[in-house]
Parts: sequence; C-alpha cells; structure tokens
Amino acid sequence: MARVDVLMPQMGESIAEGTLSKWLKKVGDPVKRDEPLFEISTDKVDAEIPAPAAGVLAEIKVQQGQTVPVQTVVGVLETEAGAAVPAPAKPEPPKAAAPPPPAAKAEASKAALAPPPPVGPSARQPVAVKSGDGDGGVQTAEQRLRTKSTPLVRKIAAEHRVDISRIPGSGYAGRVTKQDILGYIERAPTAPIPRPQAPSPAGAIEHAVVEPWPGDRVEPWSKIRKITADHMVMSKRVSAHVASFFEVDFTRVAQFRAKAKQSYAERGVTLTFLAFIAKACAENLRKHPIVNAAVSGDSTIYRADVNIGIAVALDWGLIVPVIKHADELSLIGIARAINDLGERARTKKLLPDDIQRGTFTITNPGGFGPFAGIPIINQPQVAILGVGAIEKRPKVVTAADGTDSIAIRTTGMLTMSYDHRVVDGADADKFLADVKKLLQEFPEGAV
Amino acid sequence: MAEVTFLEALRQGLWEEMERDERVFILGEDVGLYGGAFKVTDGFSKRFGPSRVIDTPISEAAIVGAAAGAAHMGLRPVAEMQFIDFISCAYDMLTNYVATARYRAGLSTPMVVRGPCGGYVRGGPFHSQNPEAAFLHTPGLKIVYPATARDAKGLIKASIRDEDPVLYLEHKWLYRRIKEQLPEGEEILTPIGQARTAREGKHLSIISYGATLWKSLEAAEQLEKADGVSVEVLDLRTLLPMDDAAIVATVKKTNKVLIVHEDTRTGGIAGEIAARINEQAFEWLDGPIMRVTAHDVPLPYAPTLEDFVLPQTEDIVKAARWLAAY
Repeated sequence: MARVDVLMPQMGESIAEGTLSKWLKKVGDPVKRDEPLFEISTDKVDAEIPAPAAGVLAEIKVQQGQTVPVQTVVGVLETEAGAAVPAPAKPEPPKAAAPPPPAAKAEASKAALAPPPPVGPSARQPVAVKSGDGDGGVQTAEQRLRTKSTPLVRKIAAEHRVDISRIPGSGYAGRVTKQDILGYIERAPTAPIPRPQAPSPAGAIEHAVVEPWPGDRVEPWSKIRKITADHMVMSKRVSAHVASFFEVDFTRVAQFRAKAKQSYAERGVTLTFLAFIAKACAENLRKHPIVNAAVSGDSTIYRADVNIGIAVALDWGLIVPVIKHADELSLIGIARAINDLGERARTKKLLPDDIQRGTFTITNPGGFGPFAGIPIINQPQVAILGVGAIEKRPKVVTAADGTDSIAIRTTGMLTMSYDHRVVDGADADKFLADVKKLLQEFPEGAV
Repeated sequence: MAEVTFLEALRQGLWEEMERDERVFILGEDVGLYGGAFKVTDGFSKRFGPSRVIDTPISEAAIVGAAAGAAHMGLRPVAEMQFIDFISCAYDMLTNYVATARYRAGLSTPMVVRGPCGGYVRGGPFHSQNPEAAFLHTPGLKIVYPATARDAKGLIKASIRDEDPVLYLEHKWLYRRIKEQLPEGEEILTPIGQARTAREGKHLSIISYGATLWKSLEAAEQLEKADGVSVEVLDLRTLLPMDDAAIVATVKKTNKVLIVHEDTRTGGIAGEIAARINEQAFEWLDGPIMRVTAHDVPLPYAPTLEDFVLPQTEDIVKAARWLAAY
C-alpha cells in the first residue's frame, strides 16, 4: 500500500498560494486517477484539481477555506486500498470510440424530434419523460444542464473533464447523447476547464426572490452573472464607498493621440485615451500607496506591485484582466497590454493568472457616453477609477496675461470610488489631482 | 435432433423426470385419463399409473395443499393449474404456507406448481392472465417463465430437482407455435436464476420473457433492417431470483433499456427491474428506462380489444425507436 501526497498546485506563474475552496471527496472515498478531487480558488478563478493517482482519500490535511503556499501537501491518497473499496457500479473507462450511429438512425431521430410519447399499449398513458426545456425558469443553470444530459453522459464528462454545455447535442431538445460526447472526446482531447468562482466574502450573498408576472421571461443566471452579482453586493457591504469627481482637460492628450495613432497602428497597437489614463495612474500609484492597497482584517496591505485591472464588457458579462507591473511599462507597453487582454477576454483565452492580483482597477464606460459614473470597488482593492465620456466642451481658459475666455476643449470626468475605511478624502483627491496634472501636461517624449 | 414444440419439450421434461425419479408425481384437474386440458400429460396415466398421475377435484387450494404435504413427506409433486388464472384460489396456500415452510418449520418443500398462462389467444379475462407479479413479492418462492422449447424442457427438469417450491409459468400461445430442434438422448437442464442473451446488440437492450420475448425479437429484427439500430434482447427465463448480473451487463453494454412484458403495467415486474437498474447501474444510463406492457385493464375477449390491450410488435418497435433517438 503506497501513500501519495496531494499537493496544492501552482495555477499560473505568479501564484504563490491557493485557497482550498472545496473537497469533492471525503476521507475514505475511492478516487480514480484524474477524477476531480478538490477545488481551489484564487482571486477570481477556480479550478478542479484532478487526483494524481487512483486510490482512497486517506487523509485531509488542509481544510476547506484554508489558504496555503503552492506545493503544500493538502491530502494523502492510499493507492492500493482502492481495489478493496466496494464499487457497486464500478465504472470502467469508456471506450474511446462510440459505436458509429447507423446512418438510418439519424433520420429516425430527426423524424422523432417532436416525439410522440413513447408507445406500447400502456405507454399511451402520460409518461414521465420531459424534454429539458419545458420547465420554465425556476431551475438553476446547472439543473437545466442536467436535464439535458443523462447519467452516463455526466459520468463520461466528469471522467474526461469535459464541459457538457460545449458539446452539440443530437438527442431530443439538444440533449447530448453518449455518441455525441464520445465523438467529442475522440476529436478533442480535453483539458481542465477553469471556471470563475465567487470570492469568499463575509457570509454568502442571498438575492431576494421575486414572483414573475404572467408573460415575463425568467432567465437563470450564468456563472459569470452570479459571480458579478455576489461580488457587487459584497463590495457595497464591506467597503465604505465614497466618490470624488475630477474634470480633466484631455486636449493635449487628444492631440498626441491623433498624431501618434498611425505610428502605433503600424506597430499593431490601438492607442486609446484609456492607455494614457492607465499610464497616468500607474505613474502615480506608487506615489500614493494608500490607493494601491487592500484591507485585511484590521490592517492595510500596501501592495508592492502596481497591477492595474481593466474592466472589459463582454456580451456575456464583465471581466477584469490585469496589467501586471503597469508602472514599469511605457505608454505603448500599456496600450499593447490593454489591446491584448481585451482581445483575449473577448475570445475567452484569458489564463487564470491574467485576472489575478490586481491592485487597482479602471473601468471605462465612457465609450458608451455617460458624463460620469460611480463605480463599485473591486474587492479586496480600495479604489476604482471610472472614466466618463471624453468630448469637446466649452471651457473657461485663462491666458498667460490673466484674461479669461471660453474655448472649445476636449474634456472628460474621472470618478474614483474609494474605501473610506483606509482612504481619506484628502488621499484620494491628492492622487486624482496628480493623475489629472499628468494627463494635462503629458510629456511629449513619453508618447 | 428432432423438431419439438414448446409443449412437447415440456412433456418430455416431465416424462424424463418421472422415469428418472419415482418420487415425482403429477396432480391436477383432468391430468390423468384426459391427459390435461392442453394434453401436456397425454399418455402419462397409462405409463405411470393413477397413483402417480392423480386427477383431483376442482380445488386449487387442495391441489397445492396436498402437494405441499407430499413434498414434506419426501415426494416430488408437480401440481398443475388447469389455467394459471385460478392459482389465485391457492394464493393463501402458496404464500402463507408453502413459501414460509422452510423459514417457519425448517421444512423442505420441493414442489412445482405449473400451468398455462398468457393471452394473445382470445381467452378473455379468466384464461389469459400472467400472475408472476403477485408472487414475485413472496420471499421463499422461485418463479421461472421459459420462452423457448429448450428452456421449457430444461426449466421443468431443474424445477422438479430444486429443493424449494417453484412456480413454473408456461405460455399457452407458445405451446404449439414454438418449434425447435432439440438433441435426443442428451439431458437438458436450464439452471434456475440465469438469464440468456437471446440476441446480441449494441444500441439498446430489450429485457423480456415469455411470449413478448418473441415479439421483442421480431421488433429487434425490424429495427435492424429499417433503422440500422442494433438491439440486444435479454430473455430473463427466471423471474425470481432475478439475474441482476445479466441485467446490469446488458445496461452497461448498450446504456438504454426497454422492458417489455405482457402483464399489466402498474406493479408489474418492469418496475422492479427498472428499480434495480437505477440502484446498480444508474451512471450507465443514456436514456430513461422505458416500459412496454399491457394496459391496466382486465383482458377483453374481443379480438380488436385484446390486440389493443396487449403489447404488440409494432408497439415495441415504436418505443425502441424513440429510445434509440433519445
């Protein structure tokens, strides 16, 4: 009988520790090799960790909710004991290839797509077979998914770590059949699918239930919607939100942008106002460390790195990839990072590490036209900057000789929500004033 | 080899056991001089004499009770119910007395109760029943239900040799319809408790027994030809004790199950089989466990109504086609 240590894996290069969010097996449970054993979570992503060997979970050393350094032993598997564990329906690895569905079968299945209830003399009574989508909106997304797959398909999906919802189903109501999933596995060897996970706030977030009215459409939340909803409520609950508004004259930046746009494009980079703003923040965050911080219990963590999260609106929700060491990047470096993260967010190619370890966040709804907005802090950070629409507006300008006149200037509002537990108004406004100053006097050589 | 009917195979099995073991005797209504309502025991009285082929009064309770007493005393009775429908008159003897004798009193009761069952013969409500579900719920009994001539012979012989009471159900629609080549001079014994794969298949399994086994085989043939669906057919042969291993094996092979029986639906054996599959092979299912059975009504005389109530080959084809596409 051999003992195999189960380690906290390193999910992403910059990750030094992980939180064991959930054990999927109990001590004494038999475990197959590569079967999901526990879940870990980092800032915003979690992942199921497969068992390194087959056996029996003999010991749990790190309990749910504990955060430990990578490579820490979190549990122990007893390997040969696995054979002695009674397994009533001992699953064998499914055959790689499904029996090819006969050609005529597909026709039959199409013909039966609006199936008469199964027949046979007594099956003329109502039968307990429902298609997966007739049950209204009271189910969760997972439940709805389950109705579209059979026990066998779910078992195969778990063994191969396949996301059933990605497989086109040929059964009734789009159900994924055995043939569908076996064919899918054969075509595309699968990898663990990281999925986003809710942060662990103080207490679970509950959202009140509201009775729909006749004709209403009830749509259960996707995972990302649920995470966002929980996180927003949690953030408003834990942080003492205050906001400051600064009007910034972007005329100089706009001129630089217009001038440099072409040469940036030739280097494959789209130069946006956001890149200038991120650059201005990056330059000043180290000068104002309290804005680049986190709250932990009764202490403040001053972050050593300046990692700026950029909120990206997607068709299916919101995600915040992070520009690491933004203070070490030039303007083009920042612009390139924003382009790259945005693109990968839209094509679902972000790695777990890409959305972790942010220290400050910028959200830029300005493109949609708001004058200004008040964002909600991305926990556990302490400040978030919102960018309003940048457009030409009449402004009072004072000439060198002291005469005032009204001029057409390109301006926009910067709004910062900050956590008043640790960031006082003076701190926030000093930081914003410096950001504004840098944007209005942006050094030409830095473009 | 000689071609024999289901009935002839059964007759041979009884005959051979009577020849082999003088403790074996037959009792029932009209089994002696008349040779039985369906002629299963034709010629037995002449060969073995009235002391081993006993005509009884019309009382199923008395027949089963007398058989039980004889079994306790060391004999091997084979009691015939002229129509199995009337076994209900002996329900008390079988369930309260015979099935519990070993447990209560340590008494061995090696006896067989056999009789013609089943419909498709325009027999109406008193001459078409399938009583297996009523007895499946009785610990202490065994129930066999052969579908082939070979098993008709093999199971009657095994039942007679068994040390416990066995209910042997013989479908009258199969009596003269099923013909099979059986070897002569070779002893055929079908072990009690073992199902048989009647047809190999890949895409779905039909579990059945008795007359509907043949209708399931017909349906499988049609599905193979018309749809290219490969159907496995499992013949249970013994209903109690049920062959769980064979059931689970076919579920694991095809992942879809249709259970077909001629008995009515509610409380029928299909429900028990479905429950066992759920318990033992849930994760191997790629579709709901489906049933094709008779409607929950007494069986009508009218041919059109009988055809409607009992499971037909087309019903099995339709259900299997639906399940295959699930």
